[in-house]
Amino acid sequence: MVTTKEISTSLSASVDWKKVREDFPILKREVNGKPLVYLDNAASSQKPKQVIDAIVHYYSHYNANVHRGVHTLSQEGTHAFEASRLLVKEFINASKTEEVIFTKGTTGAINLLAYSWGRKYIQEGDEILISQLEHHSNIVPWQMLCEGKKATLKIVPINEKGELIWDKFLQLLSDKTKLISVAHISNALGPVNPVKNIIQEAHQRNILVHIDGAQAAPHQKIDVQDMDCDFYTFSGHKMCGPTGIGILYGKEKWLEEMPPFEGGGEMIKTVSFEKTIYNDLPFKFEAGTPHIEGAIVLGDAIKYLTGIGLENISKREHELLHLATKELNSLDGIRLIGTAAEKSSVLSFLVGDIHPFDMGTILDKMGVAVRTGHHCCQPLMAWFDIPGTVRASFSFYNNENDIDRLIEAVKKAIKMLS
Amino acid sequence: MASMVEIEKELEEDFALFDDWEGKYDYLIGLGKDLPLIDDKYKTDEYIVRGCQSRVWLHAANNGDFVFYSADSDAIITKGLVALLVKVLNGQKAEEIAHADLSFIDRIGLKEHLSPNRSNGLVSMIKQMKLYALALTKH
Ligand SMILES: Cc1ncc(COP(=O)(O)O)c(C=O)c1O
Repeated sequence: MVTTKEISTSLSASVDWKKVREDFPILKREVNGKPLVYLDNAASSQKPKQVIDAIVHYYSHYNANVHRGVHTLSQEGTHAFEASRLLVKEFINASKTEEVIFTKGTTGAINLLAYSWGRKYIQEGDEILISQLEHHSNIVPWQMLCEGKKATLKIVPINEKGELIWDKFLQLLSDKTKLISVAHISNALGPVNPVKNIIQEAHQRNILVHIDGAQAAPHQKIDVQDMDCDFYTFSGHKMCGPTGIGILYGKEKWLEEMPPFEGGGEMIKTVSFEKTIYNDLPFKFEAGTPHIEGAIVLGDAIKYLTGIGLENISKREHELLHLATKELNSLDGIRLIGTAAEKSSVLSFLVGDIHPFDMGTILDKMGVAVRTGHHCCQPLMAWFDIPGTVRASFSFYNNENDIDRLIEAVKKAIKMLS
Repeated sequence: MASMVEIEKELEEDFALFDDWEGKYDYLIGLGKDLPLIDDKYKTDEYIVRGCQSRVWLHAANNGDFVFYSADSDAIITKGLVALLVKVLNGQKAEEIAHADLSFIDRIGLKEHLSPNRSNGLVSMIKQMKLYALALTKH
C-alpha cells in the first residue's frame, strides 16, 4: 500500500514546472516590447487556461440563477455552485459546508464579520486586537466598528524583521479583549505569523480569533480545524480564481448565532410584512443573486491548485524566494524590508535612496511587473519610516529566468536612478 | 516669452532625438534638475499634491496675469514630470493655463504617466496646477 506521504514526495519530484507555466496564457504576452515577467502575485494571481476555460464553459452551458428554478439549467447551476462549496470546504478542511460562506472577497468577508458578529458582540469598552502588519482591509472595518461601539482597537507591535513581538502580544490580552484579527501572512513583507499559538493563547482566555488568509490560501495547505481559528477569510483572485469571489469560513456555532448582514432574496425562508424567517446556513449570509460564475470557477481554481499539490507549490515558491533573496542581496545598497525567519514568497526591498516609484517605473519599462508603494499597509510603512517598498512576489509559475530578468532590471534601474 | 505651443513643440523635438525609452527617461530625469525648487517653507502637507505615489510639493505665485510655479518631489522621475509641466506652464497667463491641452505628453512618449491609475500622479499634478491658475484668475 502507498501512504499519503509517499504520494506527496513522489509528486513533488515529478511536477513539470515548465509545463505548469504553459498553462498561463498571459505569461506569453509582451509588455513594453519585452516578454512579461509577472511578479505582482501578492496583489492578484494569473489564471491558468483551465480556469479561463471554466468561465467560458459556465456561460456556455449552465448559466441560470441558482437555488430557485425547477428547470434543468437552474438545477445544474445550483449543483455546480454547491459542488464548489464542497471543494472549498475540503480545501480548508472545514467540518461542514454550512461553514463556508461565499463573499465578494477577503474585504467583503471581513466587513461581513465586523457588521454581523461585531454589532452583536462588541460592547463599549471592549477591545479588538490587530497587528501592525495588517492590510487596510483588516484595519478599517474594525476601526469603523470600534468607533460606533466606543470600543478600542489595540495593535500588536512588530520587530525590525517584521515579526510580531510575542511578549507584547501576550501583554495586550485582557478580559476586555473580545477578538483577535490578524493576517496569516503579511502581504507587504511576507512573514508567516504564528497563528496556531495565537489561537491557543486566545482560546485559553475565551477570545475569538479571525485569521486573514488572503496571502496564505494560495501558497500553503490550510486546515482550519487543526488551526482551530473561529473565522478564516480569503480571496479567489489571489489563488488562480476569478475576482469578485471570496470566502468567509466560520465555526458553525458562531455563524448560527450571528445575525444576517444583508437582507434580500436567498437569505430568507419566509417573508411577510410582519415577520421574516431567515434561511439556514450558509444562505443566511448570501443575500441576493451570488457571483455564480465566480463561485463555480473558484472550485476549478481549487482543483487546479490541489492537482499540483499545495505542498509542491509551497516548496517551489520557497526555492524561488531563496534564489531571489540571494541574488538581490548580492547587489550594493539593497535593503530587504521584512526578514522574518518564516516567510512566504514576498520580497519587499529598497535600494539606496531610490524611491520605489522610480524603481517600479523603470522595472515596468523592462517588462517586469512589481508592486510599489505602501501595499495598502500605510501604518506598517509609517512604522518603518519609509515611503513604501518595491515588492516582488513569486508564484509557482514563475521561474529562474524571471528572477534573472528582475535582477537585470533592478541593476539597470540603479544605474539610471543613482 | 515663448508660447505654450512653442515650448511643447521644442520638447517634442528634444524627446524625438531619443529612439528608446532609456534615452527619454534619462532626459526626463535631467529635466528634473532644472526644476525651480520650491522654498523649503512650502514643503508641508498643505502643498502636497494628492494622488501621487511619491510626494510632490507644488507652489504657485502670480505676477499680474502670469503664473509661476515651483515644486519638488522625493522621486526623481516624478520630479522630471513636474519639471516638464513647469517648463511649459511657467510664466504663462493663468487663463491659458486653465485651458491648456497638454496632450504633448502623449506625443513625447510618456503616455503611461497619463493613465487614470491612481499611482500615477501626473494627472493630479496637472489638475492642481490648473486649479492654482483658476484661483488666480478669480482674484
Ligand atoms: C493580507 C490581505 N488581506 C486582505 C486583502 C484584501 O483582499 P481583497 O482585495 O481581495 O478583498 C489583501 C489583498 O491585497 C491582502 O493581501
